[in-house]
Amino acid sequence: MLTLAAVLGALALALAWPVPVALARAAWPSRAPAVALALWEAIALAGGLSMIGCLLALGAAPAPSLPMALAELAPALASGPIPAGYGVLHIASLTLAAAVAVLLMLNLALTAVRAERERRRQHQLVDLLSDPLPGDPRTRVLAHPVPLAYCVPGFRTATVLTDGLVRALEPDELDAVIAHERTHLEQLHQLVRLAFRAWHSAIPWFPIANRAERAVITLTEMLADDGARRAVGSPALARAIERVGDAGESGAYPDAPASAASDAAMLTARMTRLGGGDTVDASLPRSARVAVLSAAAALIAVPVLAYAAMLGIVPR
Amino acid sequence: MANLGELERSVMEQLWATDAALTANELRDALGLRDAADRERAVATTTVLTVLSRLERKGFVARSRDVRPHRYRALLSREEHTAELMHEVLDRASDRDAALARFVGTATAGEAATLRRLLDELTRG
Repeated sequence: MLTLAAVLGALALALAWPVPVALARAAWPSRAPAVALALWEAIALAGGLSMIGCLLALGAAPAPSLPMALAELAPALASGPIPAGYGVLHIASLTLAAAVAVLLMLNLALTAVRAERERRRQHQLVDLLSDPLPGDPRTRVLAHPVPLAYCVPGFRTATVLTDGLVRALEPDELDAVIAHERTHLEQLHQLVRLAFRAWHSAIPWFPIANRAERAVITLTEMLADDGARRAVGSPALARAIERVGDAGESGAYPDAPASAASDAAMLTARMTRLGGGDTVDASLPRSARVAVLSAAAALIAVPVLAYAAMLGIVPR
Repeated sequence: MANLGELERSVMEQLWATDAALTANELRDALGLRDAADRERAVATTTVLTVLSRLERKGFVARSRDVRPHRYRALLSREEHTAELMHEVLDRASDRDAALARFVGTATAGEAATLRRLLDELTRG
């Protein structure tokens, strides 16, 4: 049990600090945003599982498995002395594990409920206030001078442009913006953003959570850019971004996009990729992609196997 | 018959076009008049009432209950609702001023003035 706790603790520490810092600084994610996104997801999931698992293993150390420890401790919960072999530290570990798990779950649920409420309100307002773009009923135009594009996800999706944006852009640039927003919707970017926003709001004081959320937002913007350039090519997209700053990226409802996502550094990163020209040359080699995805799978496998060992499903 | 979403839009257009508070019958007449040539689109008062209660629930319409029949008026102007929507979208930005500075930079002088005014109103509200 203590070996498991040590392994999970070491993994949790690595995934809480050095690994995400290194990934946030690395240059390769812009060459393979989808792969990098998968790695971020693995880091967050494995990090959370490891931290909770480490506490569980510490708390259950006196028993051969977690269920046995809980069975021994359960009677003491209602009344009576702490069983022999257990100390305050064991109880505190188990309590903390439960508290962390509940906090993360509650935060995810709250964030999701809030996002859903915002999404519904957006649909109501968009339905009432906007008109379909001529020739493209899925895209709605809102009468407002500020050039802005965003999307509202859901069972019924909407891509919303202001007429300020329509006036500011040439037709092919407008197509690029629409394709960008539609890629957000098709690839369900709101879900991964939601998860990382919930994580960030659960531990707002933890700088890595902020960095992770920003990295994830940047990567989804890059994926949306890739969708747009498959549809209309890099030059039109680059001109659109240049012309309206972040008009093409203020979207991906229901997350904190606009300028959390749209600071100068992110715009520069996106423009650099577009200027890079040939997508094929710029993308990460296949072998590197496979290596990163394998590492992501391994990150998740470690805590999952550790949990199985703790539960007594697999022998240690 | 038009679907509820279209009817909601039509009713709001009518209410936005006037300062007065209207009854469901007056609204039905206004809607029917516009579609007089198209009997298929004629609507019943009960349908208008359904649409009005939906709009009231969504916070677009205010109902005065102290008179019979109830009178309905638009809670906010179209522009105010648009400002609310833009506010919600832009507010998701953590650094709102930076985002807006960029937006304002791309707008014409007149548009920027409008935007400033709207923002001031939002900030005060």
